Amino acid sequence: MAAINRDDVAHLAQLAHIEMSAEELDRMAGELAVIVESVKSVSEAAGDDVPATSHPIPLTNVFREDVVGHTFTAEQSLNGAPDAYEGRFKVPAILDED
Amino acid sequence: MTDATLSFEEAMEKYDPVLGFEVHVELNTKTKMFSSAPNVFGDEPNTNVNEVDLGMPGVLPVVNKTAIESSIKIGLALNCKIAERCRFARKNYFYPDTPKNFQTSQYDEPIAYDGYLDVELSDGTVFRVEIERAHMEEDAGKLTHMGGATGRIQGADYSLVDYNRSGVPLVEIVTKPIEGAGSRAPELAKAYVAAVREIVKNLGVSDAKMERGNVRCDANVSLRPHGRERFGIRSETKNVNSLRAVEHAVRYEIQRHAAVLDSGEPVTQETRHWHEDTRTTTSGRAKSDADDYRYFPEPDLVPITASREWVEELRATLPEPPAARRKRLQADWGYSDLEFRDVVNAGVMDEIEETIAAGATATVARKWWMGEIVGRAKTADVDPGQLGVAPATIVELNQMVEDGKINNKMASEVLDGVLAGEGTPAEIVEKRGLAVVSDDAPLLEAIDAALAAQPDVADKIRAGKLQAIGAIVGGVMKATRGQADAGRVKELILQRLGVEG
Repeated sequence: MAAINRDDVAHLAQLAHIEMSAEELDRMAGELAVIVESVKSVSEAAGDDVPATSHPIPLTNVFREDVVGHTFTAEQSLNGAPDAYEGRFKVPAILDED
Repeated sequence: MTDATLSFEEAMEKYDPVLGFEVHVELNTKTKMFSSAPNVFGDEPNTNVNEVDLGMPGVLPVVNKTAIESSIKIGLALNCKIAERCRFARKNYFYPDTPKNFQTSQYDEPIAYDGYLDVELSDGTVFRVEIERAHMEEDAGKLTHMGGATGRIQGADYSLVDYNRSGVPLVEIVTKPIEGAGSRAPELAKAYVAAVREIVKNLGVSDAKMERGNVRCDANVSLRPHGRERFGIRSETKNVNSLRAVEHAVRYEIQRHAAVLDSGEPVTQETRHWHEDTRTTTSGRAKSDADDYRYFPEPDLVPITASREWVEELRATLPEPPAARRKRLQADWGYSDLEFRDVVNAGVMDEIEETIAAGATATVARKWWMGEIVGRAKTADVDPGQLGVAPATIVELNQMVEDGKINNKMASEVLDGVLAGEGTPAEIVEKRGLAVVSDDAPLLEAIDAALAAQPDVADKIRAGKLQAIGAIVGGVMKATRGQADAGRVKELILQRLGVEG
């Protein structure tokens, strides 16, 4: 598993539209590096004889019947949106980013 | 900037095309893939959503059982193997069409794989397209780019997002590379997408309306010199959302690639956007981090197992395959092989079936679709089904003709009125004052005038040369501006001249 550095964190922050100060980037890069290291130790523990698993519980086929449930109003959907226009989320032009 | 192209013929002389398609099919389940919000097209923005579709923190998706069953049915209809066990994966990317910053999809374990579809070309040739996989995923929200030019992403100031489509169940059908199509590649492209659309519509698992984006095609094209085994570099053209566009886009990309290769440059591997207005493609942009979607197994969903019993149960519910259906319809309708093939090639088989279901005879339905509507669709440059003629309109128009209220020429005019949005056939007949002149007095007046104007023709008819009557009928129709019943006019002319009909 690749290590995570400060540039990776800055890149992700930009993609996710999260403004981060230089101090925050330093701190987050350090914290994420610890997490990545921890996950790496799991890879070391699991040998070739251990199949990859995405879920710890041996369950399959957890389904929902195709029946309509609750929905939001447009107002509820947009509650918390940084910007909105005529019932829709308004986002910056995307072309020039990254 | 316009890209250089070679003529299609020259491109074909020099190069051999290899195709590949990714067709996305929106399922017509009542609810979304992972949430209970309704799967409905065209509603007020951001109202067919709940916390799952908006990707709120801490929510849990739950799989729609009907969507799984529909996906298995599609796999079976495409002659695929159905995975005994498969799972979902997260496809990570940053783009505002998904509020989660990932799309829930399938990666290394698609629900269906290794299938094929036999596609019939316009002359009856059958071409087998191998299916690599059909996997389940969710649709993304709809972005509208504002400002800049004509709603395109280039130069847009900002974008508006409607998440109603977010989470709508999709099945993505991916072909293996298609070799050997040669100069029939554009036609095969159209026929393949038409065949997929027919299958999912026939299964009843999708509304299959391309104009609503229920079936969407990404077309991969590459060229290689004749005789070379290794594939050339491909482009992937997105946003190809009608059958005609699929054909045109593949043709255009072949011509463009050929010009690039001729110039000695390599083709750029990239996404291209199809523009229906100019019938060209332009270079698209890659999504952020498109080179690495960092797929990983979806931890919020447990795997799907499809027991052989379940698969066989579903197989037993499949309707007759499209090829068998075509045979049955042709027999039911009594069309000749040529008539039926023309109907299929014109893309109006379903429309004719619906028109017959609405009450028309097979002959009447064919007459209207092939005789009136296909030509108009060609002029308008849309698929006939997209022109907006309802089966009920045809039944109503035909009834008016049969009742002698209007003649065929007027019916055609009324159809133009319907398409121009002037109202129902009855309203248009009323508004435009179209009605067959059935009162004999004005007809007799016009007949006398026509006979007087062409005395030599009148003599011929009197002498028994009845085929000459057309000239007089023509004169009468002209005088009545086409509003006369031609049959009645003939009767009256003969009466007037004292000739037995």
